[in-house]
Amino acid sequence: MVGLEHYLTVAAALFVIGIFGIFLNRKNIIIILMSIELMLLSVNINLVAFSSFLNDLVGQVFTMFVLTVAAAEAAIGLAILVCFFRNRGTIDVEDVNVMKG
Amino acid sequence: MGITDITFYAFAVTLLSAGFLVTISRNPVHSVLWLILTFLSAAGLFVLLGAEFIAMLLIIVYVGAVAVLFLFVVMMLDVDFAALKGEMARYFPIASIVGIVLLMQMALLFGSWQEAEGARALRQAPTPDLAEMHNTKALGMIIYDQYFLLFQVSGLILLVAMIGAIVLTLRHRKNVKRQDVVAQMHRDPAKAMELKDVKPGQGLG
Repeated sequence: MVGLEHYLTVAAALFVIGIFGIFLNRKNIIIILMSIELMLLSVNINLVAFSSFLNDLVGQVFTMFVLTVAAAEAAIGLAILVCFFRNRGTIDVEDVNVMKG
Repeated sequence: MGITDITFYAFAVTLLSAGFLVTISRNPVHSVLWLILTFLSAAGLFVLLGAEFIAMLLIIVYVGAVAVLFLFVVMMLDVDFAALKGEMARYFPIASIVGIVLLMQMALLFGSWQEAEGARALRQAPTPDLAEMHNTKALGMIIYDQYFLLFQVSGLILLVAMIGAIVLTLRHRKNVKRQDVVAQMHRDPAKAMELKDVKPGQGLG
């Protein structure tokens, strides 16, 4: 029988994959943004799993808010990325030092 | 093992492998496609949990909008991804160490986690019985009632994000001819046009 722990394990593993992706693709900001999406998805899985097993709908409501913020974050992040690419001609974020004083 | 368990394990394994392939793919277009598979599997898990509305929302918002946005940006930018991937092997050890440490910390938490005594009494909105009200209706009943302010604020967040994305990516090119309606409407016919009587064989000189 699949219980709450199974879902939490899946969410934890997905979160760790997201962290792993951020560290692995230090230069490619597109993959970093995708890894952040994975981490937000794992949080959503946690919220929905608790909501389902405790019979409380608030978890699903908050999942929707997390989804909203994730969509806004992706849009703004990609807009900044396009802007950055226009100015620098690369998306290598390792040497982002334009604003260095 | 019933059909529910088999479905859960199928979706969970697909979710985790697709998530892992997002991070290690050589080609970012493949990464986006794996991301779409990840979201679809997560939607499957949500259906198993009885959160149908969130599952459909995940497909519409993530697969329909966010993933396509990623795909659009990846394909629009002419980036040399091979150069970016070159140093992936260098970061692999530290990424693995951080991942394993985090996983072990979470395992430690799982070992000692237990539900509090009065947790179930503190529920804010107990799920109504499925025979009485389906998931979407139950969610609507509390979003438009208890969480109405938060709902409006999240709409505002999306508006700000939309305006911000437009402002960030808008640019005026100098050498493109545009129609300026105000200037057109404020032209004076007396200044714009002049009648000349041209004599034959003389021209305007």
